[in-house]
Parts: sequence; C-alpha cells; structure tokens
Amino acid sequence: MSPEELEIQSEPLNPDAEEISLETPTDDLHRVVPAIEFREVELFFDDRIILDKISFTVRRGETKVVLGGSGGGKSTIIKLILGLLKPDSGQIFIDGEDITEFDEIDLMRIRRKIGMVFQEGALFDSLSVYENVAYRLHEEGVPEEEVEHEVKRMLRFVNLEDAIDKMPVELSGGMRRRVGIARALIGNPSIILFDEPTAGLDPPTARTICELAIKLRDLEDASSIFVTHEMNNLEYLSSEYAVIDEHGDVQFEQEGEKLCLINTEVLMLRNGEIIFSGKEDELKCAPDPYIMKFIRGK
Amino acid sequence: MNLLKKFILELQEISFLVWRALIGLRKKPRYLPEIIRQMDLIGVGSLAIIILTGFFTGGVLILQTYPTLAYYGGQSEAGRAVATSLIRELGPVLTALMVAGRVGSAISAELGSMVVSQQIDAMRALGTSPTRKLVTPRIIALITMLPLLTVAADVFGIIGGGIVAKQIFGLDNSLYLTSVRNGVTIQDLIGGVIKPIFFALIIGVIACHKGLKTEGGTVGVGKSTTSAVVLASIYVIIADFFVSKLLTVIFGTSTL
Repeated sequence: MSPEELEIQSEPLNPDAEEISLETPTDDLHRVVPAIEFREVELFFDDRIILDKISFTVRRGETKVVLGGSGGGKSTIIKLILGLLKPDSGQIFIDGEDITEFDEIDLMRIRRKIGMVFQEGALFDSLSVYENVAYRLHEEGVPEEEVEHEVKRMLRFVNLEDAIDKMPVELSGGMRRRVGIARALIGNPSIILFDEPTAGLDPPTARTICELAIKLRDLEDASSIFVTHEMNNLEYLSSEYAVIDEHGDVQFEQEGEKLCLINTEVLMLRNGEIIFSGKEDELKCAPDPYIMKFIRGK
Repeated sequence: MNLLKKFILELQEISFLVWRALIGLRKKPRYLPEIIRQMDLIGVGSLAIIILTGFFTGGVLILQTYPTLAYYGGQSEAGRAVATSLIRELGPVLTALMVAGRVGSAISAELGSMVVSQQIDAMRALGTSPTRKLVTPRIIALITMLPLLTVAADVFGIIGGGIVAKQIFGLDNSLYLTSVRNGVTIQDLIGGVIKPIFFALIIGVIACHKGLKTEGGTVGVGKSTTSAVVLASIYVIIADFFVSKLLTVIFGTSTL
C-alpha cells in the first residue's frame, strides 16, 4: 500500500481525535492571551496626570466594570484602547499585539476587532438607523444583501427592528444607545467597549442596556469594558447571567448555588490611579473611605 | 513667543491635514458619491447668492465709473472697465468671500458638532479616516465648484453692468458688449479661474481644520465657526495679493 493510500484510509478512522488534537490546544492558547492588557500606562495632558501607571488585564469572555467619579480617567482608558489617544509611557496589548506604537493603518485593523458604544450613542445624524448600523459593512464594501441581513439581525438583538428606517433625531435616548450597541456589534467584534452607556437613562431602559451587555458576555463570549459610575449597573452585571431556556428565549438568572459568576470584575479609578481591582463583594467590604462614599453616596 | 509657537503649530497641523487629504485620494474608498453631494451643496446651493452678488456688483461698478468715464469722454469703454475689474479681482474675491461665509461656516459647524457629539471618534472607532471621508470630498468639491461659481459671478456681473448702463445711462448694449469683448484678454480669463482654486483650498482647509479642532461643547462650535469664516476671509484677501503678483510674473505686467 502506497503512503498516499495509507493517508486516505487513516483519515476517516478517528475524526474526533484529529479535531481534538488540532483545535483544542489552539483554542486554549487563544484563550490564555488576554483580550486587553495595560502595562504601566501613563498619560499626561500638559502637566496634569490623567493615568498614573495603570496595569490591568481583561480576559476573554470577561467583563471589566470600570468605576470612578467624573474626571477619574475612565473614558480615557477606552480612548487608549481604540488608539484615539497615545500613552506617554507603558504598553497596551490587544489580543497579544502591542498597539502602543501602531500607526493609523495598523490601528484600523485593530479597531475592526473592537465595538464601541458611546455615551450618547454618537449616531451619525445624517444617516438613518439602517445606514448607521450598516456603516462598518458599507465601508468594507460588503454586498447589500448581506448588509441588510446583518443589520436586521443586530437590530433584532437590541429589539429595535421597527426603527430601521427612522432617523436618529426621531429616537429616544434609550433607543439611540441601543442603535449604538447594534452598530458596535456589526462585524462580530470580540471586544466591546461601553462608555457610560446608561448615563441619563431611566432605570428600566438602563436595565435593558445592562441586559444586552450580559447577553454579549454570556451568550456571545465577548470581552468587554463597561465604564460607569452607576452602582446598579454593577449590581446587574456582577450578579446576573444570561441563559437560553428550552423555548430558545433568553432568561436572566441570579448567581447562587447553581452558578457563581467569575467573568465579571471591578476596577475602580480615582484621579488616574487604580484604587481597587477585584470582585463586587470585595469592593463592598473595601475599607477605603472614597470607595465607601462612592458605594453609599454619602 | 507663545503666539508664534501657536501659529507654527497650527501651520503644521494644517499642512498635515492638506497632506492627508491629498493622499486620501490615492487609495480606495474615494467616496465619489460624497464628493458629488458636496458639489451639489456647495455649487448649486451657493449659485443664487453668487448670481445676486455678481449682478449687483456689476451694476454698482457701472454706476460709479460711468460718470467719471463720461467726464473724460470714455463712456464707450464702460464695458471694459466692468469686465476687467470683475474677471481679474472682484469676481474671484467676492465669490470666495461669499462662499467662505456660507460654505466655510457650514463645514466648520458641521464638523465641529460632529466632534462634540463624538461622531468623529465613532467614525474612527468604526475604522474610517475622518480626513478621507469628510475633509477630502469637501476640499475637492470646493476646488471644483469655486471656479465655476466665479465664472457665474463674472457673467452675471457683466449682465448687471449692461442693464444698469442701458437703463440709467442709456448706453447702447452692442457698444457695451463690444467694449467687454475688446477689454477682456485670455490671460484675464485664465487668471480669473486660477485664483479661485487657491481660494477654495484656503477656505476648505481652514474650515475643516477649525471644525475638527473644536473644543468645549456647543460654545466651541460657535467659536470655531466664527474663526473659520474670519480667518478664511482674511487669508483669501492676503492670498489674492500674492496670487495676483504670481500671475503678473507669469503672464506679464500689462494684463494682471
């Protein structure tokens, strides 16, 4: 029997073994590399320090809730990840790649892996909801049929299918944020950045936005940074998880004996410094007077 | 010293913006539909005010010069006076100033409000260069449309002058037109179209630069819009002197 024949015969004998031996280690290796990593990142505006040697990592499938008062450097972290700002020192890694010295062309490639949800939605006023959500795909020259299918899928995900032909000016604040989320999710980015997505929203709408973030974390395996200064957002994200029930509907359940959430951590910033990094229950027990005041509001 | 440093920094930023806008044309996507949309907004949108400006400028020129020409017995040269003034100087400069006011302010305000509402950041986050998407089409549209608008201003200025000459001073139309034809040279026409190209670049680059550098919310949008119009108008007038001098060197002193 020739070696070619041997190879052909051996292929179907143990297909599972081949799948395991090839894919699992690669996938494991992929999961070991953090989605986002900051190493000693410093940033100054004129002589004012904005970020003071910040180091942290966001693992795959993890949500990092970044808390802190206004002007603490929360949104700056997001701008650094997107390459909209450059650090004065330190390194930033996205999927293991050091983006610190990347030029605009390389950053464009990195930005395709990232979905960004802005504070007020930042929708393009002159474009309809459809065109806003389709923006990234239109720029990449994707055929219109495929674009339409993807846009509808994303609008279904944020429960806004009916608003497809509306202009941003016709939408409420909560709807704008949800369109912003749909636009960020198009192209299936593996990293999602939320910049105070619930600021100024009524509690039920804010809850809806948090549910979308939970769905992305638990059902889509997205790594995310959720910048907020609202404690109830943290409560939802660190105590609830999303599952699909037997009818195929998404259900939100409280962590407890059945499941303990390990994929959500908190990072607290104050004047550009990390003053806390850990779990939500550890945060509540932290002795720092600033943290205590932040949690209780007095 | 601080002012000088600020000026040099701004000059550097403007130079980078021009460079990035120009190299944006080399690669795809070139945003052709956006260029055409801007041409429509800038060109067709400004046509009415340019026609009015040209028409009444031509009219007032003949109103002011005809009595003096008549005093020296040169009323038959009234058409030449209007046409050369319009084509060489007033047409390009007035059109540029009107466009700086109308289009420069609109560009600066639009880009400025996109900056303060984070739409520019969103564009970059979605993998698009704002320079290529927003700046290049506006500058190309301005460079294409301003010379055409200038020609419209010149033509309607000559028509306005002719009507005023006939209705107020009773000058024969054929005499007026013959004087226009004799007075205008090919160098005048070329110079009158070259100047708006420089002016368009100035208006486009300053308006885009000021818009993209907007800081401080809606108040900042107002500030950047005002400074865009003021600076573009001043630079157009300054550039007019130097471009006129350059054209004089190229075409000779007798014509420009």
